[in-house]
Amino acid sequence: MSQIQHAVPDGPIRYTQICTRSSSCSSPQTSSSAAAAGTEPPSCPGHRGRTPRRKWQVFPGRNRFYCDGRVMMARQTGVFYLTLVLIILTSGLFFAFDCPYLASNLSPAIPAVGAVLFIFVMGMLLRASFSDPGVLPRATPDEAADLERQIDSTGCSKPPPRTREVLINGQTVKLKYCFTCKIFRPPRASHCSLCDNCVERFDHHCPWVGNCVGRRNYRFFYFFILSLSFLTIFIFAFVITHVVLRSNRTGFLTTLKDSPASILEVVVCFFSVWSIVGLSGFHTYLISSNQTTNEDIKGTWSRKEGKDNYNPYSYGNVLTNCCTALCGPLPPSLIDRRGLIQADTPQTAPQSNGTGGGGSYAPTQLHSHMCDQDQCLQSTKFVLQAAATPLLHSDPVVLPPLPAKPASLGGPCAYLAPAQPALPSCAGDVLTLRDAAVDSHCHHHLHLHHLHHHQHFASPEETPCGTPQGALPCPAHMHLQHPAPPVRYDPVTQDSLHEDSVRGLVKLSSV
Amino acid sequence: MATEFHNLQELRHSASLANKVFIQRDYSEGTTCKFQTKFPSELESRVELTLFEETVKTLNNFYAEAEKIGGQSYLEGCLACATAYLIFLCMETRYEKVLKKIAKYIQEQNEKIYAPRGLLITDPIERGMRVIEISIYEDRGSSGSSSSSSSVSGSTAR
Repeated sequence: MSQIQHAVPDGPIRYTQICTRSSSCSSPQTSSSAAAAGTEPPSCPGHRGRTPRRKWQVFPGRNRFYCDGRVMMARQTGVFYLTLVLIILTSGLFFAFDCPYLASNLSPAIPAVGAVLFIFVMGMLLRASFSDPGVLPRATPDEAADLERQIDSTGCSKPPPRTREVLINGQTVKLKYCFTCKIFRPPRASHCSLCDNCVERFDHHCPWVGNCVGRRNYRFFYFFILSLSFLTIFIFAFVITHVVLRSNRTGFLTTLKDSPASILEVVVCFFSVWSIVGLSGFHTYLISSNQTTNEDIKGTWSRKEGKDNYNPYSYGNVLTNCCTALCGPLPPSLIDRRGLIQADTPQTAPQSNGTGGGGSYAPTQLHSHMCDQDQCLQSTKFVLQAAATPLLHSDPVVLPPLPAKPASLGGPCAYLAPAQPALPSCAGDVLTLRDAAVDSHCHHHLHLHHLHHHQHFASPEETPCGTPQGALPCPAHMHLQHPAPPVRYDPVTQDSLHEDSVRGLVKLSSV
Repeated sequence: MATEFHNLQELRHSASLANKVFIQRDYSEGTTCKFQTKFPSELESRVELTLFEETVKTLNNFYAEAEKIGGQSYLEGCLACATAYLIFLCMETRYEKVLKKIAKYIQEQNEKIYAPRGLLITDPIERGMRVIEISIYEDRGSSGSSSSSSSVSGSTAR
């Protein structure tokens, strides 16, 4: 037994993973609760030369991490900064222009209460924005393979293989299979397309907060909007009071001259009050009936669906529902973003193939790095395909093999169809890759290149993410490849092309 | 064929991973964390049903304790809200305390019961609380075939 005790170090509880490599390096795994984030486990002796990387750096979702993984947000954070600016600006103006008068003429408690409210609002906002909403980590390759095997073995049966039915408190709930995360989603979880993660108890993706709202940050979100409604009403009321009191003494126009900011504050607060108070009321209703925004919008538990349809998660009592949602236990983060990557830690299954092998670390990493640029290029490609489809309406065209041309570019080649002036921001990146030589090639062989694209890219998923040349190879590159056999146009592929091009346009507009 | 390993060290040096079994979540009581107690067929030759069931049931009890909604959790929640959640810089949440207990329990079970039988339980928190992963090891020295890694007939399908 002493051997076992020797293997287990003192200090925080750790479990030594059985290392099956012949070098018998024991790499201790941290307990992945957030509290252990500060401790640094010793790195494996075999990897002493390499700086250990943290798990957030290879996180497969579309999130942004700051402060070495402590802060986690969505990709688009522009609206969040707007929220911050609005709140800080309005409150700042209130404290600067209105509070001196109110403190001296009415009560010093007013700025004090205002300050407390403001601090609470900011605290809740930052907490809601920066914390993990309850992201479910993607399946490891072994898990994914096991699930695939189970799905294949069920075959054609009721329910369809990629759904599972569970009975929760007498209500049948369907669990869907997530193709991205390769898991069966737990009840109430949903996949956020903006963040590309499955989130537990998914409420909605809030751009104002710059993050998804899910199980772990719902209460912060709710307290944020509740306290913000109080703050907005507070500022609105006291600015009006200030202006009224001052106007009685010195006249309305003089008041406006002395305190010009008050007008701005009143306008901002007036427009905010309706939306924020409305939202607070709506979420109060959701909490009291223990529903998520997602469920409410879809009408999952509405009476219209069926007479026996009821919410199985509700405790039946408004008070219990509220207390559970707001004061219930806070689960820890499941994704362990600050954990160090161990060499033998199973990485998530890559998206391109269903049953990944053991060493899928590199493709996942490459995938996440490439995705930004690749998405842009792919979207551009779909738009180009859409532009190309009118050309395919004519009779089937047999393509002659083109003469070989020397490759003029090493990297991804940007090749734009003639009439695409209105491409959004990503076009800027795409355009910079052009050069004169490519231009001449491109325009000269325009028509034939459209058709080349059609035959090479029948569907977006076939294009591998990690292609060094990007998703849009230059015609020059294509000439060097073995000329593909001539293809005949058929309506089925045209439909898929249309779908892809619509998808591409939607993607482009979201870039 | 019983593969005997006397401790974890021996397992590490002489074992090779043969198969993995996944115990899925049981959602019949809602979203609370609970694992299915159905005994997977691959473990039939390895460990007794009673031991396995006891392990899973104890784990389920731990998770139920962590997620229990009662006086103590309300108190903790209200206190946290009143201090703007800054109190969690100083103290752990109840959930985290229970997770530590779970980690300790799993380690203990592995040492006492599962490693001697060539099995290893991975803490569910490492797998996003989706599954309990049980790794089945084969003795490298033995010439026997690995335990059935042939197609699993829906051992955890409901």
